[in-house]
Amino acid sequence: MKSKSLMRAGLVAGLLMGALSAHASSPTMDKMKSTGAITMGVRESSIPMSYTTGDSRFDGYHVEICRMILSDIKDKLGMSTLRINYQPVTSQNRVPLVQNGTVDIECGTTTNNASRAKDVGFANTLYVEEVRIAVKANSGITSISQLAGKKVATTTGTTSVQLLRKHEKANGVNFDEVFGKDHADSFLLLESGRADAFVMDGSILAGNIANSKNPKDYKIVGEVLSTEPIAIMVPKNDPEFKAAVNAAIAKIVANGKMPGLWNKWFLAPIPPKNSIVGLELSPATKNAWANLNDKPAEDYNKK
Amino acid sequence: MDLGIFCKSTLDGEVVDHCFSALLGIGQNADPSYLDWLMKAWGWTLAVAGLSLVIALSLGAVMGTLRTLPSEIALNRFLTRLATAWVELFRNIPILVQVFLWYHVIPALIPPLKAFPSYLLVSIALGFFTSARIAEQVRAGIQSLPSGQKAAATALGLTTFQSYRYIILPMALRIVIPPLTSECMNLIKNSSVAFAVSVPELTLFAMQAQEETSRGVEIYLAVTLLYAFSAFAVNRVMALIEKRSRIPGFIVANTEAVAH
Repeated sequence: MKSKSLMRAGLVAGLLMGALSAHASSPTMDKMKSTGAITMGVRESSIPMSYTTGDSRFDGYHVEICRMILSDIKDKLGMSTLRINYQPVTSQNRVPLVQNGTVDIECGTTTNNASRAKDVGFANTLYVEEVRIAVKANSGITSISQLAGKKVATTTGTTSVQLLRKHEKANGVNFDEVFGKDHADSFLLLESGRADAFVMDGSILAGNIANSKNPKDYKIVGEVLSTEPIAIMVPKNDPEFKAAVNAAIAKIVANGKMPGLWNKWFLAPIPPKNSIVGLELSPATKNAWANLNDKPAEDYNKK
Repeated sequence: MDLGIFCKSTLDGEVVDHCFSALLGIGQNADPSYLDWLMKAWGWTLAVAGLSLVIALSLGAVMGTLRTLPSEIALNRFLTRLATAWVELFRNIPILVQVFLWYHVIPALIPPLKAFPSYLLVSIALGFFTSARIAEQVRAGIQSLPSGQKAAATALGLTTFQSYRYIILPMALRIVIPPLTSECMNLIKNSSVAFAVSVPELTLFAMQAQEETSRGVEIYLAVTLLYAFSAFAVNRVMALIEKRSRIPGFIVANTEAVAH
């Protein structure tokens, strides 16, 4: 008993010391203090993770979590106000922009994988994405095996392109791939009949369907093609900042805020159109909250 | 810098057996390497640019000629107005917007176009856009000729068609080879808009491959070099045409200026 409480005291002391030394050596937190501002990387149309609600305002599941994290760090640094500058990023430029310091924290839909982890850091995962297939409800397609020879849309600059290629090779099938320049464009390919299916992260599919003219015309079908941890991206050379972000995440999870956030963004009507994404909390995401970690995608898909 | 990335497989990231020999057809990789993919993408860029060039040159020459027809006959006046409308329509809309119109909007209005592959639609868009610019250059070439040429052709009893075919166009087209060279090179570069409608050309390759490999510098460097090389090759071919079609002592007197 005694030794346990001693250990706990030691742990708290260690954390405190870590937190104190963090203030001195983190470039990102130094910048926050000296400029009173931080740049958050956001996405334009990754509903409901990170998207614009118009008038260059941004919101979403990850964006709201990031605001909570930054407010926590702001308090820790003893700052009275912190200005958040929102910088829209794309699949192509998000990693370079975090690498070169234009963006201090990216709150979008970035898959934590080993090759990116060489260039940037990832906070603990709060959302586990499952790559699924969206089709027109009347198409009769229920599985990826029915897509052989069909037109399959996906978005240029995402991991889904490589995933499809690997699936073709592994199963000896051939898709006729069409590439949208962004998710809205890929969905338009499905909508206009130029593609029979749209393979992408489940949340993106659900979000695009929710925002379409007739959400009932589309459905998400088939097996989970890949499981990927989607994480908040931070600079690689700043472990102190990453530790502060993770500490804030642990606090949000410990306070039991996550189920409420999930309901708000995935199950309730969201701005700007008051549409409902309607994506149930998956066991994989629930598991990530229970065991906070920053494992890359490679660890999830080991069989 | 790690150019070894191009020898890696696009499926598992391992180094392939035949990195360069596969290009020469000696070996065959089980899975394509990034270099194989790059070459295929380059092929698409050249195919789209080449097809657009054929459309642009033929339509541009016709439209440019129509804009200079003598206005005595009503039919000629109609054709001139038609060509003017053509030029103004296609050069006043941004190329990316035109590509989207051809891909998303026009097939919705004309259903048979839905069967057209995207590279063909984008070639039509690029070809029409460039034809408007070429038409203006051809018109400038025709109008730069002394009016005596046309008068002499008429005096010889040539019809309007004959005077264009044998007297005016052979001179005018030689005059406009330098600006045409620029247009042909522009087509190579403008073909990059094809990525937006799912043609797997160099720009699409660059965006996707740098995402998969996190090697943006190497990928974009290779793609840039291929664009520059292609455009320069077009420049050399046009220079050769300019040199071979030259009439000694006429039009181009300054040999030094040719093709530089």
